[in-house]
Amino acid sequence: MPVICREDKRQLTALVAGELDHHEAKAVMEELDRRIDLAQPRELTLDLSGLTFSDSSGIAVLLRAHRRMGQVRGSMRVINTPAQAGKVFKAAGLERIVRFE
Amino acid sequence: MKIENQVTLEFPSRSANEGFARTAAACFAAQLDPTLEEVNDIKTAVSEAVTNAIVHAYPDTLGRVSVKLRIREDRILEIVVKDWGVGIADVDQARTPLFTTGSEERSGMGFTIMESFMDTLKVRSAPGRGTTVTMARRISRRAGR
Repeated sequence: MPVICREDKRQLTALVAGELDHHEAKAVMEELDRRIDLAQPRELTLDLSGLTFSDSSGIAVLLRAHRRMGQVRGSMRVINTPAQAGKVFKAAGLERIVRFE
Repeated sequence: MKIENQVTLEFPSRSANEGFARTAAACFAAQLDPTLEEVNDIKTAVSEAVTNAIVHAYPDTLGRVSVKLRIREDRILEIVVKDWGVGIADVDQARTPLFTTGSEERSGMGFTIMESFMDTLKVRSAPGRGTTVTMARRISRRAGR
């Protein structure tokens, strides 16, 4: 599952594409951790426009990235959430913790 | 309970089969002409149930997972996910939102998602004998069909 990252003036944008399930979640988490540690960004933008499926593994990925950004004193926003993934995140009440735009 | 059609899948508890199981369930459900949202809800619930079996039922070994898909009267899709793994000692606790015995990549929201995406959810489990998750969803009849 590809994670494509772009960095510009301590703004990190990560494009997460494909199907996000337990089988894929660990690799995505590790890649996001690695990029956050390297870039120490002020803001992380997770662009989910290419996400074709997510189950509750996606919740864990978002929470982990959110926590990691807190550790480097940055913020996180999530953009272009597809309807299917949005419904899963909403069922978990994730919008109370994570900023969706 | 009249069964109109059914299929059973069986596979080892490898995580690569999560995608296979939910896609197969979506293909089987297609004969009820569900909406895209209904298909997605079914895929999500199957993904959660099968992942639970793969992650929790067989923590250190590979084991057997079966998924039975049935179409019952009145356009009801029933899905039974069964394993013969370690079982759950306290089902009510396992169903509590955010409860997980898994590692950091688990959110503890699996049963909550299954409950909110399906009409009914039943969990039967005995330690050492395995777990059976039975869930059902009535597929709406679309206007003009």
